[in-house]
Amino acid sequence: MSSNNKTSASGGLGNKFKNMTDTNLLLTITIVVFLLMYVGAVVFLGSGFRKPQTFFNILNAQAALIILSCGMSLVMITKGIDISVGGVTALVCMCCAVYLDFHDGNVFMAIVIALAIGLGFGLVQGFLVAYLEIQPFIVTLAGMFFARGMTTIVNTDPFNVANESFVALKGTRIVVPGMGSVNKLGNYVDAYIEIGVIVALVVVAILFVMLKWTKLGRQFYAVGGNAQSAMMLGINVKRTKFLAHLFCGLLAGIGGFVYFMHVGSGSPSHATGAEMNAIASSIIGGTMLTGGVGNIFGTFVGVLSLSTIQNIVSSAGLDDAWWTGITIAAMLCLFLIVQSVVISRKKK
Amino acid sequence: MGTKELKKPAGGNNFTKLFKNQIFIPLAALLLLALFNLIADPGFFKITLGYNNLGNPVLSGFLVTILDSGSEVAILAIGMTLVTAATGGQDISVGAAVAIAGSVLLRVLCGHNTRPETLQAPIIVGFLVCCVVAMLFGAFNGVLVAYFKIQPMVATLILYTAGRSIAAWINNNELPIVNEPSFGYFGGFIPGIPIPTPFFIAIICMVVIGLVLKFTNLRLYTQAVGINENSSRLNGLNPQIIKVLSFVILGLCVAVVGLIKTSRVSSINYSVIAKDIEMDAILAVALGGNALGGGKFNMTASIIGAYVIQFLTQTLFKFNVKSTALPAYKAVVVIVLVVISAPVVREWFTATMKKLKTKEAA
Repeated sequence: MSSNNKTSASGGLGNKFKNMTDTNLLLTITIVVFLLMYVGAVVFLGSGFRKPQTFFNILNAQAALIILSCGMSLVMITKGIDISVGGVTALVCMCCAVYLDFHDGNVFMAIVIALAIGLGFGLVQGFLVAYLEIQPFIVTLAGMFFARGMTTIVNTDPFNVANESFVALKGTRIVVPGMGSVNKLGNYVDAYIEIGVIVALVVVAILFVMLKWTKLGRQFYAVGGNAQSAMMLGINVKRTKFLAHLFCGLLAGIGGFVYFMHVGSGSPSHATGAEMNAIASSIIGGTMLTGGVGNIFGTFVGVLSLSTIQNIVSSAGLDDAWWTGITIAAMLCLFLIVQSVVISRKKK
Repeated sequence: MGTKELKKPAGGNNFTKLFKNQIFIPLAALLLLALFNLIADPGFFKITLGYNNLGNPVLSGFLVTILDSGSEVAILAIGMTLVTAATGGQDISVGAAVAIAGSVLLRVLCGHNTRPETLQAPIIVGFLVCCVVAMLFGAFNGVLVAYFKIQPMVATLILYTAGRSIAAWINNNELPIVNEPSFGYFGGFIPGIPIPTPFFIAIICMVVIGLVLKFTNLRLYTQAVGINENSSRLNGLNPQIIKVLSFVILGLCVAVVGLIKTSRVSSINYSVIAKDIEMDAILAVALGGNALGGGKFNMTASIIGAYVIQFLTQTLFKFNVKSTALPAYKAVVVIVLVVISAPVVREWFTATMKKLKTKEAA
């Protein structure tokens, strides 16, 4: 697709614009808006945003959301939706916390538990959606209820994990060379990222390659774009939908553990509203709920945009809690309308 | 659901006929729950007449609570059914919209002072303003869905994220308290009448929507738009207007629930009021056997579905399930119900029944 753009570059900007696929067009808009926003923040708000660590802090805090949003994008590309990811995250946190602290478990088994929970949710929800043909919204709504309820059944009270090997893992910081900055006391502080960020970047890379260059990835787009035609082409639509939900569940498990590594505690109120943030990030990143359009890299940028605007709002002095909600909603609204207008114009 | 039109074998037994009727699902669920309670503990059905601390006669008991709290969900289910039928999507912002409606109502009633001695405006004025605001927010959702062609769930996600913040902003994040006993009537009891008022309000809403559906073309138009937007346009309907209208009606329902909810406590808590009520309302529609993809709908089934949801909630409370753990049990029940009513499973069931019958005959 990128080669297409290069060849038409001489045909003027309008032509280039027309030749782009929906996916690439929306991706471009997202990236441009994100860059404008970040540069704007650096210019107008200065101080904090000029330090690279601010950017890395966004990554550290949002690593789990990046993974969850990737899963969400997969499902949305196949025209489904999964609103259970936030609940699964909370359940994974609680189960791992209880296992590590009350049962003296080791970290490796905790990871296995996290993956198993995610995989379990993916299996059941995928089966119900793909093979019993129940609306994904209802199935995953029940999944969310179940996960949230189970979290409090496992343990009602929030608590911090004291397991030594886990705390060591949680505290591991990977230094990014050459990006450090001088703090207020005049000492040089290295910039760092957490392990979760590496996991998130690996997930983004794998999914990007899978969606772009593997048969399975193309099948996701085909099924989401038009299930009927996909079936005519000999694609197993049910299996593809099943796999999308399975992957999303698995990613929710991984994302849950990454979230757990970041916060280091179990609580029923963890990741409240994460599903909505994941959906919002996917949409801002150019994935459309109508299926067949989307890009994992866009989702990644979407998460960054979402948390950048949160940071901007709080550093602009609008600290009152309601401003965050209103600005995110306004941004979502803006992106939705821009998408809708751009797509409908292109069709004419 | 269109299954009624399917060719049935001559003399198909009554059971299959009943099984295919849409009201069957919520009624069967209700019956099952009632039977379960009857066996587990008949005390569930006990209703006692007592006096509340104002000295008014009030009925109390699990059934009364179901009628009381279920009415809120039932009112929302009315609007949600229309939205679902017309747009093929659901409005997930109703909980947040209830917060806004309640906040507006209290703002009008209390004015700038958060704890006024007397009301700054008559309740009816406050309610009308809150209706207008709720309908405007409904129209906002509707315009996004109808004119910008954004999926309903995503379009309402905007208000879902912002709603409670807006509600807090309207009252400057303060919590006004209404000091007027008559304001408490809407969510509690009218002196002398032992049945909770929300139930009467719900009945009024049902009668109104019943009359509207009977004497206007709303049902036909909504279904036409839901089944096929393009052909309804070719037939001279304006699908955009119908969609916006369904959201506006839902806005009206939201305003009514906002009145009940704020009246219950004579105040408001922005982050807690009507929490997760959108899920209950959507479940009521689904439980009523309405296709969540739009098209034909059955209002009665939705309303029964709403009370079934509340019945389930109360049953779980009866067995000392903590309110935080409630969703897990609800989810299991919902999944079982949805699996039973899934067309694929039903077809399989009918086919198996047929096979058994032919075996018997042979």
